[in-house]
Amino acid sequence: MKMFNRFAQTLRDPRYYQIIVLSLLLIYGITALDFGIRWQNALVIVLTALGIQFLGTHYSRLPRFDPLSPLITSLSLTLLLRTDDVMFAALAASLAIGSKFLIRFRDKHIFNPANFALVTLMLLSDHTWVSSGQWGSAAIGAFVLACLGFLVLTRARRAETTIAFIALYGAMLFARAIWLDDPLSIPLHQVQNGALLIFAFFMISDPKTTPNTAGGRILFAALVASVAYTIQFIYYQPNGPILALIISAPLVPLIDALLEGRIYRWEQPAEQKLSRIKGVF
Amino acid sequence: MRIIATLLAAALTVIVTTTAQAFCGFYVARADTSLFNKASQVVLVRDDDRTVITMANDFEGDVKDFAVVIPVPTKIEREQINVGDRAIVQHLDAYTAPRLVEYHDPDPCMRHDRYKMSADNAFPEAAILEKSRESARSLGVVIEASYTVGEYDILILSAEDSGGLIAWLKKNEYRLPHGAEKVVDSYLKQDMRFFVAKVNIEAQSKLGYQYLRPLQVAYESNRFMLPIRLGTLNAKGKQELYVYALTRSGRVETTNYRTVKMPSDVDVPEFVQGEFAEFYRDMFSQQVVAENERAVFLEYAWDMNWCDPCAADPLSQQELRSLGVFWVGGKGASKIAPMPAQDVFVTRLHVRYDNEHFPEDLMFQETGDRQNYQGRYVIRRPWKGEASCDISDYQADVRKRQEREAQQLANLTGWSIEDIRKKIPFPDGTNGPDDEPWWKRIWS
Repeated sequence: MKMFNRFAQTLRDPRYYQIIVLSLLLIYGITALDFGIRWQNALVIVLTALGIQFLGTHYSRLPRFDPLSPLITSLSLTLLLRTDDVMFAALAASLAIGSKFLIRFRDKHIFNPANFALVTLMLLSDHTWVSSGQWGSAAIGAFVLACLGFLVLTRARRAETTIAFIALYGAMLFARAIWLDDPLSIPLHQVQNGALLIFAFFMISDPKTTPNTAGGRILFAALVASVAYTIQFIYYQPNGPILALIISAPLVPLIDALLEGRIYRWEQPAEQKLSRIKGVF
Repeated sequence: MRIIATLLAAALTVIVTTTAQAFCGFYVARADTSLFNKASQVVLVRDDDRTVITMANDFEGDVKDFAVVIPVPTKIEREQINVGDRAIVQHLDAYTAPRLVEYHDPDPCMRHDRYKMSADNAFPEAAILEKSRESARSLGVVIEASYTVGEYDILILSAEDSGGLIAWLKKNEYRLPHGAEKVVDSYLKQDMRFFVAKVNIEAQSKLGYQYLRPLQVAYESNRFMLPIRLGTLNAKGKQELYVYALTRSGRVETTNYRTVKMPSDVDVPEFVQGEFAEFYRDMFSQQVVAENERAVFLEYAWDMNWCDPCAADPLSQQELRSLGVFWVGGKGASKIAPMPAQDVFVTRLHVRYDNEHFPEDLMFQETGDRQNYQGRYVIRRPWKGEASCDISDYQADVRKRQEREAQQLANLTGWSIEDIRKKIPFPDGTNGPDDEPWWKRIWS
């Protein structure tokens, strides 16, 4: 019984689902889409991230070493970061995990780790880039991605950031098409972008770096969507959403101060759920 | 053998030429001349926000009917439009084209592998570059926003002319493709501008050119894109577009469509030498379908300083500069100095598009990827000389290799495997593989 409970508790941590889904996407990307991801880079990213997490745990005197979050960050980085130099892969992982321990405000880190590393390196170096077009826009693929991601989110019980972001960003794209009198195939093509969906389901949804209240998260999603639209369609620069997230992230403490809420802990909902299950058995 | 062979110098290179070309704008026709643009070649030079576009065409028809409307992502002034040299675009095409290389098996009876380069060591001549006596300055007489440059009359339309472009074309009895007004309006709302180029017959006959030279436009814009929507309007079916991007830091890719590398370094049967153009065309079509007709294909990505094997010599500084590569050469550069490092990376993209599968304009980004890539197809010639020993093992190997090549070729092109086998001179004189299933021969 005890073992079963422990197993059930493990499964209720949404990060396992995230790791599985991200791994599947990575396999799909490498085998079917020929992403040109080098396995050396992937390995270096994972090992560096785990290493920095270990050091961070030690120096911040955290109760235990948690490999799940750095694994998720590593997978996101592997999926999105392109570089011709393995040094930059290591640097990306260090920046990502390092930012989690160093850039903090009121017991929360400010930036999504993978997002922070991607943007910092893209701005500082020619050797890193994000290939947002590489996922293609095959409708079925996008649909599968969305569903799998949605599964992850409903487990995380914080789906509103993703839903609000997609709804608002999509609405802006459609409104733009209507204003321009463009065929609707254009905004449809724009939302069927694999990289956009990965961003919405796996990056902006990060419960650790979004506001603590549902209202705050919707407000935050609206902010990210507006900034992303501005970058993409007023300044005509690629990677609008990824840039928008890093620009908007410092405002999370402000949103939290305005709309007070509880800080998210990965295991918390699982424990609550489990106590109810115990009663049933 | 494979490793050794890839280390060898290329022996023979055959070029696939891209024939039909046109502008990425749209044609408008007077009268009922059937006009459609099926393919375009665009050279896209970009560093930071500075962009120079060269659009080559081989318009076939009466030039007096010719006018083209070209969208540009920003406002332009008269000296930003120039007439380029078609031979340089052809040279760039030849330099970046997919290539067929040939290796000869060494004598299987020799202890050490040796190779013999093909006697038929003929590089197809790159187009002979004719020196344009034309300087880049405008020759025209200014009538408000219209003037003549080279053989073209250019009309630049200002922001206020949103309806003016359509009105002007209609007034001048040009037939507009269906749906053009909507796209033009959409572009104008996105702060894009247009210019119209039509052939000035008098200027053309004075200059003596038998064909239309490419139009060039230089502008500064944060938009790294190529407007293709107008081009789909009067096209019949799908169009081919070749984009040659010349940049500083690395490979260029599309951000709103998948950029896919063409299969490369593939061994193909010997007879492909005579059918290379068909081979490449059919392979390309297969790849297009495999990617749901929604991908942009990478055919070449290389540092402009060299090539291996070379389908044509790299472009000279002068040629690059005339294509608009503003950061090389220039007045300070010495004329007698040997070719210095050029700091130019070339990316050749090939896209087959239509309105349905490419609803949005092509948006690009420059990556830091400087890895060289080329479409390279390899013919391995079996040893045909006198055998001074027992070569049955070697022949069995050749047989296996030929069968493998046949199957690869069938997969890549969709050609029938039987037809392919018929064209392969198997050493034992048969047409089928040894391990052909028994039932294949029952009823044939």
